[in-house]
Amino acid sequence: MELFLQQVLNGLTLGGVYSLVALGLTLVYGILHVPNFAHGAFYMAGAFVGFYGISSLGLNYWVAMAGAAAAVALIAVLSERLVFHPLRNAPYLHHMIASIGILLFLEAGAQALWGADFHRMETPYTAILDFAGLSLPAQRILIIVAAFVLVGLLQLFLKKTIMGATIVAMAQNRDGAALVGIDARRVAMLTFAISGALAGMAAVLYAPINLVYTSMGNLVITKAFVIIVLGGMGSVPGAIAGGLIIGFAEAFGAFYISTDYKDIIAFALLVVILSFRPEGLFSKGAH
Amino acid sequence: MRLMSPTLGWSALLVLALAFPYLSGNDYHLTVMSTAYIYAIATVGLNLITGYTGQFNLAHSGFMAVGAYTVGILTVDHGVPFWVAFALSGVVAAVIGLFVGLVSLRLKSHFFSIFTLCVGYIMFLLIEKWESLTHGTVGIVGIPAPTAVGPIDFTEARPQYYLVLFFLVASLWIMHRIVHSLLGRTFVAIRNGDHLAQALGINLMRNKLLAFMLSVFFAGLAGGLYAGYVRFLGPGIASVEHTFDMTMYMLVGGIGTLLGPLLGAIAVPWLTQYLQVLQDYRFVVFGPLLVILVIFVPHGVVGSWLRWRRRKAASEVRPPVVEVATHA
Repeated sequence: MELFLQQVLNGLTLGGVYSLVALGLTLVYGILHVPNFAHGAFYMAGAFVGFYGISSLGLNYWVAMAGAAAAVALIAVLSERLVFHPLRNAPYLHHMIASIGILLFLEAGAQALWGADFHRMETPYTAILDFAGLSLPAQRILIIVAAFVLVGLLQLFLKKTIMGATIVAMAQNRDGAALVGIDARRVAMLTFAISGALAGMAAVLYAPINLVYTSMGNLVITKAFVIIVLGGMGSVPGAIAGGLIIGFAEAFGAFYISTDYKDIIAFALLVVILSFRPEGLFSKGAH
Repeated sequence: MRLMSPTLGWSALLVLALAFPYLSGNDYHLTVMSTAYIYAIATVGLNLITGYTGQFNLAHSGFMAVGAYTVGILTVDHGVPFWVAFALSGVVAAVIGLFVGLVSLRLKSHFFSIFTLCVGYIMFLLIEKWESLTHGTVGIVGIPAPTAVGPIDFTEARPQYYLVLFFLVASLWIMHRIVHSLLGRTFVAIRNGDHLAQALGINLMRNKLLAFMLSVFFAGLAGGLYAGYVRFLGPGIASVEHTFDMTMYMLVGGIGTLLGPLLGAIAVPWLTQYLQVLQDYRFVVFGPLLVILVIFVPHGVVGSWLRWRRRKAASEVRPPVVEVATHA
């Protein structure tokens, strides 16, 4: 039973991080219909900025996280302005190639600045709490709580503010949104900023129990793609549910099946689901 | 007025390629060129599914790895003669391509790419983790060189170069035959609009599947050559970065043209050679280059040149067209 609960905890940790990354991806997809392959590089950039802030500048963990969120939001907005905006009328193939260009640039840039080594990010939360026979590392609890708070805040923002409503409106109907006077450029920039900030924060949350290295975003982004395909491209609740599904599948798969093959579980799940439902699990009709 | 007919141009390229070992100073240049040719074969394959048929396959390097590991595993662990294993490399890739294609090609545009990205990852992870079959991260060492055919022995750099060149020329010739046939035009019709193609009576699934299998056949073949040439294999060959590399070759030269991917696959590695300082950081330059190309020169060098020539040809016959327009 304790082992089972331990896996639930692991699943929530992974699921929280995956949801945050997938949310950014799905928001951008909803607005621009672009699968942003560079999103994993945004995540990686966030981890490196946080790592730099903590280890080189001696910043407080939370200040470093805010810095990472701001830096990645800036990178994301710049990519929207410089790359995706000029390509808005191009065929879909061009978006994908361009986002790969951004990905390669950010990875090589991080390698040029910080080297190809693996780095450890320090965290002030190293305690291990004991609760009813469970050992709960504080950082994991922090990830779960922070992820849920962030997801909740995002929901509030999308549902309760005008700015958030413009994003939802544009995702629902681009032309309709333009007709009621929503500035498509502002919404696109805002969406990229939120997406980048979420990726940056997710990275700084997760990095202390993982490592920081240049290709750290690759596996996360591929899983985030699996999640948003699962949850329906562009769907916010779908990204959260999908993130938790993949998080739990991996935590339990690693424990009950095999640690070696845990990374394959997500992809195998995708293959199986798309074989039976080519339009995704929760998607409704047209994309 | 045609300064250079296609046949003449291709012949000139072939003569240059044949003379290259005698013009280049050392074996190192031959190695760079041979590796470039191997990747050119794979890129030509990727171009068939992506450039001509319009489906961006991100698992291409995975299929190249399948071909390479087919040769590696069969020759090292099972003592199969090189040429038998090599003949199987493309076939195995195409058979796996059949199953992957059956599922993935039902998906459209982005979904196909995301799906193949995941397939590529599965291939990479399987190669890395399935130690009893693939030797895992240790890799396969001591793959035999291609066995001698008659008097030609393939252990020296020069014969190896010609071997690779032979397969490159054969691949290009086959690809030329494909894209200029009805089949090739069918692929282009699917790229330009699958609903329209379907309305013309084209069976989408069958043709896309055929394009996909042919495309990964070339990848598998290139992988088989790679195994016999480098004679060492690690899981890294399956990593998606190699697909990204090939995408860049294709885009620099001109996506959806025959000559473009070839030029890109040869020019970019040479450029990287001369930017030795940048070896590890080459994507600091190539990443933005890729973006700039996609925004400003989406048809690549060859594609842009072909378009410019076509426009020029069109402007030469314009007068009667203008007359008709004014009457209307």
